[in-house]
Amino acid sequence: MTEVVLAAAPTQMLAERRRFRVLRKLAAHRSFKIGLVLVAILVLCAIIGPMLTGIDPTAMSIRSRFKPPSARFPFGSDQYGRDILTRVLYGGRLSLSIGLSVALISGVFGAAIGVTAGYFRALDPYVMRLMDALMAFPAILLAIGIGAALGAQASSIVVALSVAYVPRTARIVRASVLVIREMEYLQAARVSGAGDLHIIVKHVLPNCLGPLIVQLTFIFAYAILAEAALSFLGIGPPPPAPSWGNIIAEGRDYSVEAWWVMLFPGLAVSLAALGMNLLGDGLRDVLDPRLKIET
Amino acid sequence: MSAAPIVVVRDLVKTFVARGAALRAVDGVSFDVRQGETLGLVGESGSGKSTTGRILVGLEAATSGSINLFGQEISSVRGRVTPAAVRRRLQFVFQDPQNSLNPRMRAQDAIAEPLDVTGGWSRIARDDRVRELLEMVGLPRSCGDRFPHEFSGGQRQRIGIARALALKPDFVICDEPVSSLDVSMQAQIVNLLLDLQERLGLSYLFIAHDLAVVRSISTRVAVMYAGGIVELAPKRELYTSPRHPYTQALLAAVPRITSNRARAAVITGELPSQIDTVPGCTFHPRCPFALERCRIEKPKLREIAPGHLAACHLHETPA
Ligand SMILES: Nc1ncnc2c1ncn2[C@@H]1O[C@H](COP(=O)(O)OP(=O)(O)OP(=O)(O)O)[C@@H](O)[C@H]1O
Ligand code: SF4
Ligand SMILES: [Mg+2]
Repeated sequence: MTEVVLAAAPTQMLAERRRFRVLRKLAAHRSFKIGLVLVAILVLCAIIGPMLTGIDPTAMSIRSRFKPPSARFPFGSDQYGRDILTRVLYGGRLSLSIGLSVALISGVFGAAIGVTAGYFRALDPYVMRLMDALMAFPAILLAIGIGAALGAQASSIVVALSVAYVPRTARIVRASVLVIREMEYLQAARVSGAGDLHIIVKHVLPNCLGPLIVQLTFIFAYAILAEAALSFLGIGPPPPAPSWGNIIAEGRDYSVEAWWVMLFPGLAVSLAALGMNLLGDGLRDVLDPRLKIET
Repeated sequence: MSAAPIVVVRDLVKTFVARGAALRAVDGVSFDVRQGETLGLVGESGSGKSTTGRILVGLEAATSGSINLFGQEISSVRGRVTPAAVRRRLQFVFQDPQNSLNPRMRAQDAIAEPLDVTGGWSRIARDDRVRELLEMVGLPRSCGDRFPHEFSGGQRQRIGIARALALKPDFVICDEPVSSLDVSMQAQIVNLLLDLQERLGLSYLFIAHDLAVVRSISTRVAVMYAGGIVELAPKRELYTSPRHPYTQALLAAVPRITSNRARAAVITGELPSQIDTVPGCTFHPRCPFALERCRIEKPKLREIAPGHLAACHLHETPA
């Protein structure tokens, strides 16, 4: 009896230690931590920053056009005399929301399509052929087409980028499902009388979540970059409501005289994309070391 | 001992088609399992043991043959059409609990999965049943919230067994349940299975790839070779007076420590490719007693002594 008790204690401790091993590994991952801090700062700024400056991001003032960075305009002002800092903070709300929406929509549809194709093999060829066809277009070109068709507004950017990233997400989910469906625990579930729905919800989805989450962090980053690129091409969220992309786009004609107009939103975009990428790298190393990311 | 059979399998055939070639993984298997007994099913790797078990639980559809479970004829050929009431009485323990437990599912949910799928269990009744099952297989009642990787191999197999017992089955197929464990653990799991059999009145089909493992647990033993049963006898008789040359060779190999080498010394030659059906006895290329007739005519499994079946031309006339 004593032997059992003695043996149980270390096992218990080992178990406790193992239970949080994912969090532990993430906490020890340097680029994950840097990415997390970067993203957290940007998100926080976007949420509470605008309340702190107390300035209307669309308020114009002819007298304070093109003011360089100063105490009154920490990031300078643009051609309408609007405060760039305030606009970048507000722009973060829109740009980050676009990134988040695209990641979530791609995640939901990508997972649904990927699971359907990977699990119900009879549907696989048709579903994946459609996805391949969509993937044949470069993401940004597809987004330009759809953005142009739907008109320049934030929601059409979300739709356009989601259409571009759903097939890529579906492909990754399908690849995980193809591995999971051969696992013996699916057969064990089947022997217990489980149907397809139960197996998908309880076994397939939880086990393909890792690669999916990693993929979504990268999509988040791409979406923010793509929003900037689309704005530059004139099909981004329409002014005057600021997004990082349209602030950059509006500042490009004055890039030499008023460099600050483009610099600060540009920095925000770069930091957000960098942060999400670092975060995604960390998640990938910990959750799924084999995953290769395709763009 | 001669209780009524609860499982009757007749002429079961399973052909896999791989790359255009047909492989007869199970080639006319017949056996009964009686109430409360353990039928050991022994054979080397690839002889079709798992496939036989998998057909019984509906994981694989048979090519032909008939299965009668608890007095109900099951259309084995169509695959999963076993009525739920029959299926519930029949469970499966997998070889490697590392693979047969979902790594992201807590032990309690893995054990309760058959209950959840069947439905009709209140939260409290379900949790009580899980704790009862944990205790039954010798695990602490409180360990249900752990994940599979937090258990040892032996403990994981206990979870696999608890899960199989959740719906109070009458018949459990154990597919090499101890092959992935070390020797001391093997004995513990075998003892657990024996103990559960006594308490719950279970019948087992116990699959293993060597005769040593099934010795302590079986009531009767069936020896399988290249998709067919070559000998089936009560345990004592099979171990003391094996009749089929293949069983004799297997037994000669058992006591040696380096069983693989020892076996190689006794049984020479390759396992026949089951792709092209060789006429005659499947064992004849390796059989030291092969007759001319063995090359041409396939021996039938027949009773050579009361309760002792063998498929060999040497034993055509009852002894
Ligand atoms: N799904 C399948 N598709 C094709 N061939 C299969 C399939 N399942 C099993 N086989 C083949 O059928 C034969 C019998 O396999 P089975 O798994 O029943 O053997 P076994 O006796 O359980 O062996 P082991 O001791 O290795 O588990 C093998 O040659 C195997 O390769
Ligand atoms: S039938 Fe012939 S070949 Fe087959 S086991 Fe008997 S003696 Fe050997
Ligand atoms: Mg097997």
